[in-house]
Amino acid sequence: MSIDISQFLDTFYEESFEGLDTMETELLGLNPGEADAESINTIFRAAHSIKGGSGTFGLMNVADFTHVLETLLDEMRDGRREVIQPAVDLMLASVDVLREMLTALRNSEDVDTVRVAEVHDQLEALLKGGSADAEDEVVEDSGEADNAIGSSTAGWSIGFKPLSHLFKTGNDPVRIIKELSELGAIKASADLSAMPEFDLLDPEECCLAWQVELSGEVTEEQVKDVFSWVDEDCELVIEAISSAAAEEPEPPLSEPEAAPTPAPVAEADPTPPAESKPAEPKPVEAVAKKTVSAAAKKPQAAESGSIRVGIDKVDALINMVGELVITQSMLNQLGEDFTMDRVQRLQEGLSELERHTRELQENVMQIRMLPISFSFNRFPRLVHDLCSKLNKKIELKMSGENTELDKTVMEKIGDPMVHLVRNSLDHGIESPEDRLAKGKPETGILHLNAYHQGGNIVIEINDDGAGLNTDRILQKAIEKGIVGENESLSDEKIHELIFAPGFSTAEVVSDVSGRGVGMDVVKRNIRDLGGVVEVKSKKDAGSTFTIRLPLTLAILDGQLVRLGDETYIVPLVSIIESLQIKAENVNSIAGGAELYKLREEYLPIIRLHEVFEITPVNTELVNGLLVVVEGDGQQAGIFVDDLLGQQQVVIKSLETNYKKVEGLSGATILGDGTVALILDVAGLVTLSRERVKALKNQAAVA
Amino acid sequence: MNMIQGLESDSLAENSEGNQYLTFLLAGEEYGVDILRVQEIKGWDNVTMIPNTPDYIKGVINLRGTIVPIVDLRARFSLETIPYGITTVVIVLRVNSDNGSRIMGIVVDAVSEVYNISEEALKQAPDFGQAISTDFVMGLGTVDDKMIIVLDIDHLLNSSVLKAIADQGEKSA
Repeated sequence: MSIDISQFLDTFYEESFEGLDTMETELLGLNPGEADAESINTIFRAAHSIKGGSGTFGLMNVADFTHVLETLLDEMRDGRREVIQPAVDLMLASVDVLREMLTALRNSEDVDTVRVAEVHDQLEALLKGGSADAEDEVVEDSGEADNAIGSSTAGWSIGFKPLSHLFKTGNDPVRIIKELSELGAIKASADLSAMPEFDLLDPEECCLAWQVELSGEVTEEQVKDVFSWVDEDCELVIEAISSAAAEEPEPPLSEPEAAPTPAPVAEADPTPPAESKPAEPKPVEAVAKKTVSAAAKKPQAAESGSIRVGIDKVDALINMVGELVITQSMLNQLGEDFTMDRVQRLQEGLSELERHTRELQENVMQIRMLPISFSFNRFPRLVHDLCSKLNKKIELKMSGENTELDKTVMEKIGDPMVHLVRNSLDHGIESPEDRLAKGKPETGILHLNAYHQGGNIVIEINDDGAGLNTDRILQKAIEKGIVGENESLSDEKIHELIFAPGFSTAEVVSDVSGRGVGMDVVKRNIRDLGGVVEVKSKKDAGSTFTIRLPLTLAILDGQLVRLGDETYIVPLVSIIESLQIKAENVNSIAGGAELYKLREEYLPIIRLHEVFEITPVNTELVNGLLVVVEGDGQQAGIFVDDLLGQQQVVIKSLETNYKKVEGLSGATILGDGTVALILDVAGLVTLSRERVKALKNQAAVA
Repeated sequence: MNMIQGLESDSLAENSEGNQYLTFLLAGEEYGVDILRVQEIKGWDNVTMIPNTPDYIKGVINLRGTIVPIVDLRARFSLETIPYGITTVVIVLRVNSDNGSRIMGIVVDAVSEVYNISEEALKQAPDFGQAISTDFVMGLGTVDDKMIIVLDIDHLLNSSVLKAIADQGEKSA
């Protein structure tokens, strides 16, 4: 039987990246000196799966590399090697190397062999130098206290008793025994004692056990390697023949594993994230995962991303679809011979249909929701690395990791968040000396928090560092010509300046930050997601960046407005209020700009029909309505003909078949099947401003 | 399935080999597009206009949940525009580009026939020098003494429509 295994390659990569993430998380949680056996086991299992998988797919360089890592982990697992910080750091580096190798292989690029060899050698060196006694190491694996000195003997007596579910893990004992025979001459006998009566026999269960005598110059390592795929699914006794005169295959000396673990298939599942929060239950959908960092770095590779969905969610959907079908057939029946006296029945049916549709919609949206911990999980590593690089002491606190948000939003928010965190670490939190001098604790605290508020998710990045230096920001802004020399600005306004393009106050351009591209990009990325970012800062008390994002990119609450023959949708979140225009509040300024006085504020009026060049029903302001909106931190009034209803709309991309259009964030399909365009308020404000400018220029030319 | 295969092989056998082209009328001329690119043909219906686009972009329609832009081919070729009538149709096409394929619609006067034209029978178009650039013409075919202008829709709807718009977008950005 030959199977084309290449079709499983994608799955392998995906699982391997998950495995690497798990390893990374666990490694960061390891406390040198007092390593938790369970986390080492978890790391070991992840490495083991990657090794096995890469071997199967013929990625021998990955398999070889992982093998060395695995050997190191194995020694730690057995307590033969102390968990020391250099080793942990080296393993973290190995995780990076593996990730690079796999990414390169997946994209059919060349692997950086120099770096691989370098880390490989370091691992080898650590293995050789650190282990207590090379000979002990080999034998102790069997779990026996006594030992046969010498790494190979005349032969081995192997008791192999698979657990009954062995076949279901996809392993074949015959293959294993064949593999043994390649090591040397074997004499095998099968133990049929556990066989049931023939009519009771379940062909999917393994009831056999074998006693194999292997003779030849073979190390125990080699023998164990043969069983490495099944070591959790069998009872295995390996004894050197010379010292095994007693021939007692009884004591089932299984691997010194902490607890019987599920079949290897399940091993690739990521385990709960960081050590610091073991109390939190992991939702089923949490296994759905795509390395966000990898996705962000290599968008082309992530295009075909997948979601793993808990079976219960799928079942719920199927149930709902079932109900929908029933309702539909009921309505069908009703429609076949409809009379007016059954109109009541029809209305009931329709409201039922509406309810089912809504439930279905909500549940489908749920599938795309993932806890934000997937995004947060990369930060322990980032903080760990930057701390050593910057010689700072920083404690990372995270809360609200279970807050769910849309997968697409999460993938896109990753990079801006990394940027903000790096900034906080680099500029925000001071060096330990400075902190002590200011009377603050030596260790700085970086707090990531997420929570839901209305239809939004709010992510806060808070540090207790130096806060924004308003004087320096202002000075820099004047230097760059962003702010006039004599302008006086409030602190809030000055803080907002850091989001201006080309603005960076870092005096030294470091590796971490300070290239002057950054905060404006962060702001734009967040705006593209329909969100906003704000900063609050107090000198020497720290700063807080607050990111507010819509929960999902797929649906929004919209206000339908009419303009001429067209219907547009204004996102409800950006509407502040709608009002009837009073002529006395309208002020015109030379150059064509109009302002509306709302309470004590003056708002620019955007005549949508002019910006979009369409024919409205009326051009008299007093006959229309003004929708007051806020976008990009600026308020404006949009002049429209009429307000229609409010409804939830499904966002459809214009870019799929067309391109991005200024002032529009997408389109949707209304109840009557026509297309309505969704306004991008921030873009519209910019568009209108440019229009006024262009008009002014034209007037100047004329 | 069998029937479709049967039909295909029949027509292929009848007309030797060659590609099939759907032809349509536009200002008295007959144009052809590769039939495998045609998604569907539908009558003209109101579109939702998109602001600030060239006038040959009529707008967008809802094609079973997908937003599809519609290009008026007369306007695109700078021909005189006529009011849409009962024969006016939208031909929905799949257009390939560097970054995947898109669905777009073109408005034409009327659909005409489906012809088989072998590749050898497709003549290189001479340079017309004006309105319709030869870049958009894959070749000229002759069927029953009629000339059929076979269009390169990928080129037509990518490089012209989208690039022109993209340039404009860059300018305004």
